Amino acid sequence: MLDTLMLSRMQFAANISFHILFPTINIALCWVLLYFKVKHDRTQNPVWMRIYRFWVKVFALSFAMGVVSGITMSFQFGTNWPGYMETVGNIAGPLLGYEVLTAFFLEATFLGVMLFGINRVSSRVHTFSTLMVAIGTSFSAFWILALDSWMQTPAGFEMRDGVAYVTSWWDVIFNPSFPYRLAHMLIASGLTTAFFIAGISAYRLRKGDTKLAPKVALKTALYMAAVLAPLQAFVGDLHGLNTLEHQPQKVAAMEGVWETQEGAPLLLFAIPDEESRENHFEIGIPKLASLILTHEMDGEIKGLNDFEGDHPPVKAVFFSFRVMVGIGVVMIIVAWYFSYLTYKNKSLVRWQLRTLEILTFSGWVAVLAGWYVTEIGRQPWLVTGVLATADAVTTQPTGNVLASFITYLCVYAGLLWAYIHTLRVMARKSITVEEFETKELSPTGNTLANNATPNKHATEPQGA
Amino acid sequence: MINEETLPIIFIGLMGLSVLIYAILDGYDLGVGILLPMGADQENDRDIMIASIGPFWDANETWLVLAVGLMLIAFPAAHSLAFYHLYIPVFILLVGLIVRGVSFDFRAKAAVDFKHTWDWLFKLGSLLTTLAQGFMLGQFVMGFSYTPASIAFCLLSAFGVTVAYSYLGAAWLIMKTEDELQSKSIRWALWCGRLALIGVIAVSIVNPMINSEVYSRWFAMPLVMFVLLIPTVCFLAFVWNDLLLRRLPKPNDRYCYGPFLLVVVIFTLCFIGLAFSFFPYIIPNELTVWEAASDVETLKVIFYGAVVVIPIILMYTIFAYRVFHGKATSLRYH
Repeated sequence: MLDTLMLSRMQFAANISFHILFPTINIALCWVLLYFKVKHDRTQNPVWMRIYRFWVKVFALSFAMGVVSGITMSFQFGTNWPGYMETVGNIAGPLLGYEVLTAFFLEATFLGVMLFGINRVSSRVHTFSTLMVAIGTSFSAFWILALDSWMQTPAGFEMRDGVAYVTSWWDVIFNPSFPYRLAHMLIASGLTTAFFIAGISAYRLRKGDTKLAPKVALKTALYMAAVLAPLQAFVGDLHGLNTLEHQPQKVAAMEGVWETQEGAPLLLFAIPDEESRENHFEIGIPKLASLILTHEMDGEIKGLNDFEGDHPPVKAVFFSFRVMVGIGVVMIIVAWYFSYLTYKNKSLVRWQLRTLEILTFSGWVAVLAGWYVTEIGRQPWLVTGVLATADAVTTQPTGNVLASFITYLCVYAGLLWAYIHTLRVMARKSITVEEFETKELSPTGNTLANNATPNKHATEPQGA
Repeated sequence: MINEETLPIIFIGLMGLSVLIYAILDGYDLGVGILLPMGADQENDRDIMIASIGPFWDANETWLVLAVGLMLIAFPAAHSLAFYHLYIPVFILLVGLIVRGVSFDFRAKAAVDFKHTWDWLFKLGSLLTTLAQGFMLGQFVMGFSYTPASIAFCLLSAFGVTVAYSYLGAAWLIMKTEDELQSKSIRWALWCGRLALIGVIAVSIVNPMINSEVYSRWFAMPLVMFVLLIPTVCFLAFVWNDLLLRRLPKPNDRYCYGPFLLVVVIFTLCFIGLAFSFFPYIIPNELTVWEAASDVETLKVIFYGAVVVIPIILMYTIFAYRVFHGKATSLRYH
């Protein structure tokens, strides 16, 4: 069972799962930081700089985690999946290359200025650096999602002697699933970040932080989530329709539909059984799956039995999909209800703060579940219809892969623990910090470095 | 002009340039990590040393991603072959890079009682990364074999790269620090320089001895008169730097940039020497750049992008170094 193929798949899954956690936060967090910074530049209200200063530290930490786990990814192709580049290198190569050239250098270089340069450059240049890092992280998402989408729904190429050659770069990049996947992922990043900021701010408030910064941050995050959560449901639906068109076997696994049927029920729960090819303990709402997917009560959904031998493992896809959607629903309810309370100027009470704390990393769980749906849902193909996963793997001795896999797991477990522990320490430390240091408020003080003159309305930010 | 004859050469040039820039840039920050003094009363030194590389290390490592990326894109066959043989060293390199990258950030933010542990991990991670890189370089020269003799050579190479990076790191610190720490860095640079010279000489002797191809290339008449300039100038740079280091620090911190520039010259010459030994092979004696190259259309697509983007990258890299020029001050996330 645990051969080189399986171990390589597990190792890749472990690496990419660990890696994606951090870009997911960083892509949106950097735009949020830019918002804080611009808000500060515009209003000169030091509370925005306070928020910026706390969250930029979180960003730095997450960025470092993202960089080091990302470097691991760039070696994986060669060490574990040589067949991948041999077959589709003409497409994957340039897309990855452009990610390095247009995104990695941009974000990594301006990050230094953004983190440590505030006393050395003008406020304008500093804001510009923040913008460049934000653009860099988003470019990175653009290229890597273009490649991933191409693997799901390949287009714009022809096969010659078993090797893919590009016929149209436009079709390769803007392949059928790309716009949906990109939008879905960017919004997912926004939602993850919103609940991340809300959770940590809620923790600070519940632990007795009376300063303005966590309140303003919480408010910003809640409003952000209130806008993005329903938007995500809408985009997710479009993405699902697109998948139905191009990868019907994936949708069949997501919905647990074995036999092709009209008016398929939406299964809230079931245990799919691949041996007997049926579901146990089904609880479903009649006709709803057909309605959602075809927008007709009696629309036809192709069943897994039409794809026997060529469909993904059902259980993993089926359950991951329910985890993702379940968290999405919780996010909508929480975001709207708490935003409504905040809008009515009611402070959140203890259980509400606790709820947000529990949901701090909910975005991570949903994002991972979503990626499992789409990537396990692509199996047994590495590139749909072009390259099977089993044909791309290395001939490396199993022992080597086992050793590296176990070590990665240990390192990642340690790092994840350290990351979360450090966030907690940082949040706790920030509670004891004074609202504004005296030098910040003195006109000559340059710690803030933005010539922040004390604002008479320093306690009341204009809008959040 | 831009065709299947020239494009592989252009790309091996680009890849070589990325490797060289990586070795210089990440070399100094890995070197600083290796040199980190671990005494309980030296926390201040550690803070300044790490502050001196703080704004740069992320971007420095990106050159490694570019080098590996270019190999993956332009020479996929070589990439697969090399990383098949280097599975374990690559894996050690990655663990080292991960540990040191995160330690850097954790040390500044963790509870005070953990800081020393993260410092240790930073030093250890830097050392592990460097040793792995040296080992991989050795394997490349040996044509990927794991006999006792070749492993011995790889260990020698690992040692050589470690002292070379430390040499560069110490020279960097001479530029970026003052007073007592600077004097310490001068002493480090002196000793690492001497060890590095021994390493370079040993590798230079063993390399042509085991690779007859390399031997014939270096010692073919009349080229020998010309190519021997490379080791000669390299040796002179070592000696010059040794003399300079013994006279530092000078009043007003004059020549504090000197050692770093000289070590960069040494790195560049060693790199040219290696490139000369093996070009046009990308895997010694096995694959030439033309045999390993991707489809010409793929190379063109990247080439045109690179021509536009790389100058921009160099521009903002220089901008970042200018922002943080001068002596390192303790790092504050504003």
